[in-house]
Amino acid sequence: MAELKGWKELPLGAVVLEPGSSAEYITGTWRSRRPVRDEEKCTHCMICWVYCPDSAVIVKDGKVQGFDYDHCKGCGICAHECPVKVEAHAVTGKPGKVIQMVEEV
Amino acid sequence: MAKQIVKALDGAKAVAEAMRQIEPDVVAAYPITPQTEIVQTFSQFVADGLVNTEFIPVESEHAAMSACIGASAAGARVMTATAANGLALMWETLYIAASLRLPIVMSVVNRALSAPLNIHCDHSDSMGARDAGWIQIFAENPQEAYDNTIQAIRIAEHPDILLPVMSMQDGFITGHGVERVEVLEDKAVKEFVGEYKALYSLLDIDQPKTFGAWAFYDYYFEFKRQQTEALSKVPQVVREIGKEYGELSGRYYDLFSAYELDDAEVAIVVLASTAGTARVVVRKLRQEGIKVGLLKPRLYRPFPGKELVEALKHVKVIGVMDRSIAFGSIEGCGPLFLDLCASFYTYGNGKGPQIVDYIFGLGGRDILPEQIEGMVKELLRIAETGQVPYRVGYLGLRE
Repeated sequence: MAELKGWKELPLGAVVLEPGSSAEYITGTWRSRRPVRDEEKCTHCMICWVYCPDSAVIVKDGKVQGFDYDHCKGCGICAHECPVKVEAHAVTGKPGKVIQMVEEV
Repeated sequence: MAKQIVKALDGAKAVAEAMRQIEPDVVAAYPITPQTEIVQTFSQFVADGLVNTEFIPVESEHAAMSACIGASAAGARVMTATAANGLALMWETLYIAASLRLPIVMSVVNRALSAPLNIHCDHSDSMGARDAGWIQIFAENPQEAYDNTIQAIRIAEHPDILLPVMSMQDGFITGHGVERVEVLEDKAVKEFVGEYKALYSLLDIDQPKTFGAWAFYDYYFEFKRQQTEALSKVPQVVREIGKEYGELSGRYYDLFSAYELDDAEVAIVVLASTAGTARVVVRKLRQEGIKVGLLKPRLYRPFPGKELVEALKHVKVIGVMDRSIAFGSIEGCGPLFLDLCASFYTYGNGKGPQIVDYIFGLGGRDILPEQIEGMVKELLRIAETGQVPYRVGYLGLRE
């Protein structure tokens, strides 16, 4: 994050002058659990992308690429909504869904 | 000096008249006694096509101030009016208006807060909002209510300030009391207030902006410091605009007005309409050779402590008259007393007059010249004996 400004340098009324600047604010550090995805079994149905409240599911050319861990707060909605079941997840080894939550370390 | 027309107006109609002449872009308001007459009169002006103002009838005062905030953030010149419980319902949004630096002008017709339910004058409503970050100005009579409304626009929108202004008058006593009011011509008022150009506008789609974003422990503090800096510049701006308005109208305004104060041994300090009653008492007692003076603060927030200490430091005893109680404060005193005591502690070099507080007029209880005269006699006894029998007294209260 940029160096913090003093009170004389800031716009009056806490008005934000730069559009889209919230992307600079790293919220991923709030996370206590992180989503992990089984890349092989993912069907790219985009349900996780639709539900993510922080736009933290990265998609390119219609394919899910992974998660933006700078902004994912670990809410778990993607894992909850993921419709694709697995018997053994590629990352966790556990039965459940393509997206599962693991402890943040 | 500009041409003026004399009209018979009560304080509420005088404010509505000023609003018609100012012709703000947006007025969002909800009726509440004794402010209703302002909104009612102004909405008639809108209905009659006398102004181009967008009038938003809302479902509550919280909604009124919220709509004002939205409109002001969009870059509009915005006015509203309220009283008592309505002001209390605006609580959350008062702070937001000040923190977002939106120069909204709100007329408050002072009325006692519930309970018990009461519609008459005291200052508990606006005094409760004294820490909200608004500029607060008190008027003594309909003429001052009219003049202050016009000046409030310029004070709020001054580039060094950009803060909302609350312009007060006493409910019913001033609000519904018809007096002779000198009214400027529409053109003169429009020229005086000028065009408003917002520093930032939500509707500026070429340069999009975010209003009301969050700021945590990393930035919140800095924005509070900006607010207090802006408030520190208010007295100077109020004086400049008061002088400019005086050149236009012949009625000059300052931070406070003094009467027979220069050689006074005891002084009365009181806000709003009661200053008129106190002035009559001072005049009578002066004829009897009693050295009593009067100071009527006009600007209450920010509190011009340094200037008041300078004006009052020579007297022996000050009787502050408070039309509200700052519940739980020392001895159950009122806010004006607290501010004046703090000012003498801060600017008085360790010395100052004895200050005694007199709570009066709660819920519209009449205050009579005889009662103020009795108070002055007490102040004189304190000056003579050095004995202060009590720190906070009550005028017109039944035991």
